[in-house]
Amino acid sequence: MTVETRADEPRGQFPVGMRVLAVDDDPTCLLVLETLLRRCQYHVTTTNQAITALKMLRENKNKFDLVISDVHMPDMDGFKLLELVGLEMDLPVIMLSANGDTKLVMKGISHGACDYLLKPVRIEELKNIWQHVIRRKKFDPKEKNSTCNQDKPQSGTTNNGLSSAGAGSTDLNAKLNKKRKDQDDEDDDEQEHGHDNDDPSTQKKPRVVWSVELHRKFVAAVNQLGIDKAVPKKILDLMNVEKLSRENVASHLQKYRLYLKRISCVANQQANMVAALGSADASYLRVGSLGGMKHLQPLGASGQFQNNVYRSLPYSGMIGRLNTPAGLGVHGLPSSGILQLGHAQNLNNSSGNSMNDPLKFRSSIAHVNQNQNGGSLQGMPVSVGLDHLQPNKAVSSVQGPTTGFDDKTMSLISNKLSDPRAGVGSSCSRPPLMGIASNGLLLEPNSQGSQGGRGYENLTSVASQHSEFSLPLMDNHNGRCNDNWPSAVQSSGMPTNSYPTRDCLHGGNPSGASSITSLSTQSHDSLADMQSHGPIFTNNNTTPNLAYQGWDDHSLDSLIPVNGGLGASGLHRNLDYSFGNPLEMKHEGFIKSAQDPSLKSNQGYIMDPHKAQRSRISSNNLGSLEDLVSAMMKQEQDFICDDFTGGTSM
Amino acid sequence: MDRNQSHRQLAAMKQSLFDQGYLDEQFIQLEELQDDANPHFAEEIVTLYFRDSSRFISNLDQAMERNPLDFGKLDSIMHQFKGSSSSIGAQKVKAECTLFREYCAAENAEGCMRSFQQLKKEYAVLRKKLETYFQLAK
Repeated sequence: MTVETRADEPRGQFPVGMRVLAVDDDPTCLLVLETLLRRCQYHVTTTNQAITALKMLRENKNKFDLVISDVHMPDMDGFKLLELVGLEMDLPVIMLSANGDTKLVMKGISHGACDYLLKPVRIEELKNIWQHVIRRKKFDPKEKNSTCNQDKPQSGTTNNGLSSAGAGSTDLNAKLNKKRKDQDDEDDDEQEHGHDNDDPSTQKKPRVVWSVELHRKFVAAVNQLGIDKAVPKKILDLMNVEKLSRENVASHLQKYRLYLKRISCVANQQANMVAALGSADASYLRVGSLGGMKHLQPLGASGQFQNNVYRSLPYSGMIGRLNTPAGLGVHGLPSSGILQLGHAQNLNNSSGNSMNDPLKFRSSIAHVNQNQNGGSLQGMPVSVGLDHLQPNKAVSSVQGPTTGFDDKTMSLISNKLSDPRAGVGSSCSRPPLMGIASNGLLLEPNSQGSQGGRGYENLTSVASQHSEFSLPLMDNHNGRCNDNWPSAVQSSGMPTNSYPTRDCLHGGNPSGASSITSLSTQSHDSLADMQSHGPIFTNNNTTPNLAYQGWDDHSLDSLIPVNGGLGASGLHRNLDYSFGNPLEMKHEGFIKSAQDPSLKSNQGYIMDPHKAQRSRISSNNLGSLEDLVSAMMKQEQDFICDDFTGGTSM
Repeated sequence: MDRNQSHRQLAAMKQSLFDQGYLDEQFIQLEELQDDANPHFAEEIVTLYFRDSSRFISNLDQAMERNPLDFGKLDSIMHQFKGSSSSIGAQKVKAECTLFREYCAAENAEGCMRSFQQLKKEYAVLRKKLETYFQLAK
């Protein structure tokens, strides 16, 4: 079999030499699978541990084209791995299982699997799996939208085959778009078949990097149209971005939708967590406004974050996965998360710069709000309260030195965060959330670097849960967010707003940006992070899309007196979370989750700054907030960790 | 002659294994994967399977001794065992795994017991037969 180790040069022979990573804890199955794959002339790497697989993938994203993984594994749930891979690396993943139960298959697909095979696997089926790689590549936007063109190893390598395939099939693309969600490979495969192997990568489809900014625009457009009515064409028009194709938008939309869905599921679960967190990190939660953050990509700005990160984030609820609990952006969230998207406008500018760092993310978030109009946190829960991020500085974590994942998250977060807060990243000094309601993105990328990165992860997971977007924020902060996020996010269930699972976003839509702003301003100082975040949640409940509402219950309310007066009252404390509108936002859920005392530990950054604040906030529930946050954090961590340990996948 | 004879014997044995339902077409796939680079692939896989699955058996033994039975855990172990068995084409063993899991789902301890005993029997029989088969194949 021809084994091509590096896909750097165009492979004229694709699918021959396609690099597959096979993961299965059962040695017999693994050996059979490996042999079958070799027989198909793929280049195979195997491992019997999911963790090892992740490590390998993180080391070098370009090393593999496709991942095949068993569902049932002792060290990590297959679905979780699936999510993580999709989120961090955006590689096609095929699930494998002896159990063909419809529910399981459904779960696999909803987690983003390209295909679901039943054991025993037959070689005929394996002979066709390469189509998933092609398909994915084709979906990549042809042009890169500003931001960096991440190196798409896959595209590069398989481009050859792909380009020819791609070139030939515009309608294939359309078809792919349509079918993306479905499992049907066959059709596409057919068409691509012919094209493969012809041109030596004549066109490399540059992957569109969904920067935070871009994502914000996207979310704004989607929110404007209404999540149900949002069609790629209209979104594209609304966004008015050059070089963005309808397909790009379509695929992004798809991911976003998936993300929202996941968030809502997660949110429910995590509601508590969020609630706990929410209080503390309301800001995080804010981020939840995931709405559309699906592709937090906007972070692209951060550059660091691989677009993939963003992409994956949205969907997968990976945020939960982001084990990096605190770092994840959640930290960042409190401060940045709160991005006060409202401010976004201003922030954006400022944050724009900062965004480069993890903060960027925030700005994106801020931007997101901007779209909304600043106050309207709606699009982006970006509550990233980046402002608050002060401590974050680490927020840049988005940039994340952290594992690849972080980047993604970060970017997501940054994107989210960047918006309103644009400046947020750098230091919470940002203007109060300006109503950052922007969906929770607040993910404050700041996760201090690795923390942040991690944070993102958490955030991402969280975000994914909630608002996909919101997560990124979490990371930075001290990573605390991460954990919280997912929980936070989840609780809110608000896909969009939920971000902040971690505390950050609690902001949960403080009744709208207004509250946030007030909060932000006030809290700004004190909370620095949290505050901004809090309100940032922007989840402005207003946005219909915001799933934040999902959070609801969790009680951000309890945590954050923020309602209405956000923070002003208790919040000022710094409780950004206060913003957490738990009041409005369902974020509460987040806040609730935050309840976890562990959150306090810092999971989230949110908690930290807020801690102090929280106490202050006690006015309403401060205490609760803290608890929430800590709870959230803890949960998140657990959540995150759990994921790896095979805990609940989401 | 000997060769022919043993070849024929081998073929006959293989046929009977299929006829009796011990093996299914997955086994054929395994054999097809054999080539010059990998002439004994089927045997390797089968050996690996028996070695690895013995831990399933012992885990199950242990779990079955608990009282009350932890059906969830049993089901989980059996699920893996089933996956493994299906990879080599061990049809009867696989069928028994399925039956066992059904009993687990119904929380029928008695049924589980019986099924497990049967499973162990099938497993042992298959092992013997395949050992003989591969001996012949050498």
